[in-house]
Amino acid sequence: MATEQTNNPQYTAADYKNSQTARWCPGCGDHAILNVLHKAMARLGVAPKDTVVVSGIGCSSRLPYYMNTYGMHTIHGRAAAIATGVKTARPDLTVWQISGDGDGLAIGGNHFIHALRRNIDINILLFNNKIYGLTKGQYSPTSERGTVSKSSPYGTTEDPFVPAELCFGARGNFFARSFDIALDTTQEVMVAAARHKGASVVEVLQNCVIFNNGIHSFMSDKEQRADHTIHLRHGEKMLFGKNNEKGIVQDGFGLKAVVVGEDGYTMDDVLVHDAHSEDYYLQMQLAMMDGHRLPMAIGVIRDVNTETYDQAVSRQVDEVKHRKNYANLRDMILRTSESWEVK
Amino acid sequence: MLQTTNIKTLDKVVVRFSGDSGDGMQLAGNIFSNVSAGEGNEISTFPDYPAEIRAPQGSLSGVSGFQVSIGKGVHTPGDAADVLVAMNPAALKTNLKHLKPTGIIICDSDSFRPADLKKAEYKTDDPIAELGIDTKRVMLVPMSTLLKSTLADSGMDAKAIAKCKNMLALGIVCWLFDRPVESVLHKLQAKFAKKPAIYEANAKVVQAGWDYGHNTHSSMPTYRIETAQAEPGTYVDVNGNTATAWGLIMASEKSGRPLFLGSYPITPATDILHELAKRKDLGVKACQMEDEIAGICSAIGASYAGHLAVTSTSGPGLALKGEALGLAVMAELPLVLIDVQRGGPSTGLPTKTEQTDLMQALYGRNGESPLCVVAAASPTDCFTMAFEAARIAIEHMTPVILLTDAFIANGSSAWRVPEESDYPEIHPNYVTPEMLEKGWRPFDRDEESLVRYWAIPGLDKAMHRVGGLEKDYKTSVISTDGANHELMVKTRREKIARIADSIPEINVAGDTSSDTILVGWGGTYGHLFTATEELNASGTPVAFAQFRYINPLPKNALEMLRGYKNIIVAELNTGMFADYLQMHLPGKEILRINKVEGQPFMVSEIVEGVKNHLKA
Repeated sequence: MATEQTNNPQYTAADYKNSQTARWCPGCGDHAILNVLHKAMARLGVAPKDTVVVSGIGCSSRLPYYMNTYGMHTIHGRAAAIATGVKTARPDLTVWQISGDGDGLAIGGNHFIHALRRNIDINILLFNNKIYGLTKGQYSPTSERGTVSKSSPYGTTEDPFVPAELCFGARGNFFARSFDIALDTTQEVMVAAARHKGASVVEVLQNCVIFNNGIHSFMSDKEQRADHTIHLRHGEKMLFGKNNEKGIVQDGFGLKAVVVGEDGYTMDDVLVHDAHSEDYYLQMQLAMMDGHRLPMAIGVIRDVNTETYDQAVSRQVDEVKHRKNYANLRDMILRTSESWEVK
Repeated sequence: MLQTTNIKTLDKVVVRFSGDSGDGMQLAGNIFSNVSAGEGNEISTFPDYPAEIRAPQGSLSGVSGFQVSIGKGVHTPGDAADVLVAMNPAALKTNLKHLKPTGIIICDSDSFRPADLKKAEYKTDDPIAELGIDTKRVMLVPMSTLLKSTLADSGMDAKAIAKCKNMLALGIVCWLFDRPVESVLHKLQAKFAKKPAIYEANAKVVQAGWDYGHNTHSSMPTYRIETAQAEPGTYVDVNGNTATAWGLIMASEKSGRPLFLGSYPITPATDILHELAKRKDLGVKACQMEDEIAGICSAIGASYAGHLAVTSTSGPGLALKGEALGLAVMAELPLVLIDVQRGGPSTGLPTKTEQTDLMQALYGRNGESPLCVVAAASPTDCFTMAFEAARIAIEHMTPVILLTDAFIANGSSAWRVPEESDYPEIHPNYVTPEMLEKGWRPFDRDEESLVRYWAIPGLDKAMHRVGGLEKDYKTSVISTDGANHELMVKTRREKIARIADSIPEINVAGDTSSDTILVGWGGTYGHLFTATEELNASGTPVAFAQFRYINPLPKNALEMLRGYKNIIVAELNTGMFADYLQMHLPGKEILRINKVEGQPFMVSEIVEGVKNHLKA
C-alpha cells in the first residue's frame, strides 16, 4: 500500500474497469463483487498502473480480465504463490488475489495457509459459493456435510473448512467477511483489507445462481439479514436485530446471543469488538458463528498489523547489502573466496 | 612402488578419500583440491556420498567418498584412484574397486577392531589379506593412536579428538604429494575463523600427519604433479551449483533486472538456494517457498513484476513444476528453471548423477509447449550456461530449462573469475513509449524474432493481463477460435526455433577428418573429451562434439552430423538425446553408448564403447 493516496480522489471506478464484458452468468454474485472492487480501488486511490490483480482458475478467477490494471489469470490454486512472487519482488505494487473456495482452499490450500503464515502483503478476496461452478456443480471444501452435488449424488461424507478458522489456524492477521449483495459492507471490508499491512482475507459469501442457488439466503436475504447476521465494527458494541435490540455476550467459554434488557442482560454485558487484539481467541469465536444459533459475523473480524514478509525481505536485503558493501559479483567473489593469481 | 627413495613427476594423479559419512572426507578432499589448485594444478573433483546424513557408523552403506584428480590436462576426476585413503574397514571394502591395480592405500590400522570388521561384514580379522591386497601397496597408519598423542595436551574430549582424524589423513596425503602445510593451515584458518581452539587442534593434527609421512615413510617416493599453463587472471575453486548461482547474478548485473529465486530444498540442487540466499548482500531475493510449485509460481509472479526470475530443482521438482512452466510458455514470460538431474524415477537415487530428465525437460507438459533447453558441460560451464539461460529467457521472453547434474553440481574445478567485460550486456525486449502511443497490445511481437514486448507493472498506459488462456494473435484478447489457436501454437514454436539465430554454432573437436563422431551433451563433457584424446592417441581417430544447446539445436548441428558416417551418442540414460537427434536425422543410423548406474562415465567405458561400435 505504499502508493495509497486516500485523500486524493483522482480516480473513479471507471479507471479500473476495462472494455471487456463480464461473462459470468446473469444473476451471478460475481458481477456485484467486481463492481464493488472497482469502486473500492477508486476510493483507495492506488493508480491502476501500480495495481496487480492475480487469480487462479474458476469462475471468480476470470475477474482480472475485467480490470484495467495489471493482471494475471494463472493456474488452478496457485494465485497466492504467484501473488507472493509479485509482491516480494515489488513491494511498491498493490497486489490483489482473487480465488474461489475450490481454487483457494482445495487445490490451493497449501499456498493459502503459507501466504497467511508468511504475512505477505496481498489482499485475498475469497469468493465462497460452496460449489464448483466452472466445472458445473461439484461439491467444494466449504460445502456442508451431506451436500448433494454431481460428484456427491448421495450427499458428501466429509466436513467443510470454515475459511476463517483456517485463516486463524494459519496465523492470519486480517479476516473480514461480507455478502455479494451487501455492497456497502463489501466495499468497506475491501478497503480495510487493502489498508491492512500483511496478508488479508476477505471472504465474500457469494451466490451461484446455477449450481447452488440460495445457499446463503437464509441469512443474506434482506428480511433475514438483521436477525441472522451481525456487522462487527472495531470498538463498537456487538449488537444486531432489526432494532439493534440483540447483543452478543460472553457465556462461560463461549458466546451467547441475548436480547438486551431481558433475562437480566444489560448493555454493559454486551461485548465490544476488538479487531486489533493480537489474541484471536474471541475473534475466532465470532468468526465461527454460522448464522443459525448465533448470527454470522460480517465486517472486519481481525485486523492486526505486524511486519510483512515483503518488507522483511527488503529490509534484510538493504541491511546486508549495506553491511557487506560489495561493488558487484566479482568484488564479492574476490573478497569471500580463496583465490590465486595466474600470471 | 614403496621401495625407492625419490621424487616422481606425474602429469596427473587421482586421490580418493573415503570414510564414514561423518568422517569429514568431503572437507579433507576439498582442502586438498583447493591447495592443489593454488599450486597451479588443474583440478576436477567428485564427491560421492550416501543419501543418509549419518548412516550407521562403520557400515558399508554409510561410506562417503571424495575423488579428485589434479595435474595437467585434467578434465575428469579420473576413472580410478592412484591413492585411496580409507578411514575404516567398510570404506576399504567399498572403495577398493575405485583403486587402480597399481594404486596405494593409506588406511587407519586402529580401525581394524573386531566390531568394525563385523559391521563391514569381514569374515576374518585381517581385512588386507581377506581382500587380497598386496601389503606392499598399503600404508597402515595407527591414526587414532597418533591423534590421541598429538592432542593429549589439548584438553579436548575423545569425541572432539576423533573429529580431527580427517586432518591427519589430509596431512599424510599432503606430504605424499608435496603440498605445503602452510596452504592447508591457511584454508583451515578461514574455515574455523570463529573457533580458534578448533583451528589450533586441526592445525596440529595436519602437521602431525605430514611429519608422520615424512619421518616414518621417508623411503617412499613422493610426487611432483605437473602444473598447467592457464589463462592469466584470478582463480577460485568453484563447484557447479555455486557457479550456477553466480552466473545468474552476472546475468542480473548485465540485464539490469534484479534477481529473484523461488525454490524448495531438493537434493542435489539445494546449494543453489543456499548460495543465492547468502547473496542478499548483492540484492538477490531468494525465497524458500512452501513447495516446488510455489517455488516456480512465485518466480512467475516476480517475472511478471520485472525481475530476472529463477527456480531451482531436481527431477521430481521439475515434474511438479510442469503445469506452471506451461503458464510461463503461454504467458511468454522470462523464467529460468535449473534442473540438477539425479537418478530417477520417483525418489530414485537422490545423491547420484544421471541425464534422465532430458525428455521431461523437452516435452513434460500438457499441450504444445515448446521452450528452450540448454545444458552445462562442466562445473565451471554452469556459470556460462546459467548466464546464457538467463540471457535467452530475457531476450526471447520464454522459460528456459538449464540441465545440470549431480556430478557437475557437486564437482569442482579451478575457474578464472570473469572480468565485467567478459560477458555481454543483456537487452530486455522492453515495450517503448512509441509503441504505447500507437496502441500496444501485450502479445504484439517483434517481426523477426517473434518475441513479445515486456511491459513491467508501474509503467503507465501499459496495463495488461496475461494468463493461461489462448489469446487472439492480433488483439491479444482471449480467444477459443480454432484457426487462431493453431496460428498461436505455430508462432510459439517458431519463436523458440528462432533462438538458434542468437546462439553459437557447435564446435567439433578431436580428429575432424575422421568419419566417426562421438557426441554427448551436458555434464559428460570431461569424460568424453578425455576419451576422444585417448582414442586419437591410440590410433582410433574420432571427432567429438558436446551439445550445450538442446532446443533449439545450434544452426550447424544437423548438417555437421550428417557429414559423419558413424555417429555415436554417449549419455547417462538409455538413449534420450540419441532418440532426439534421430528424430531430426531420419534415416541416419545413430549408435549409442549408455550407462544408468547413478555414476559418471569412466573414460575407459567410452573408449571401449567406441571401439566396439567401430569393430561391429
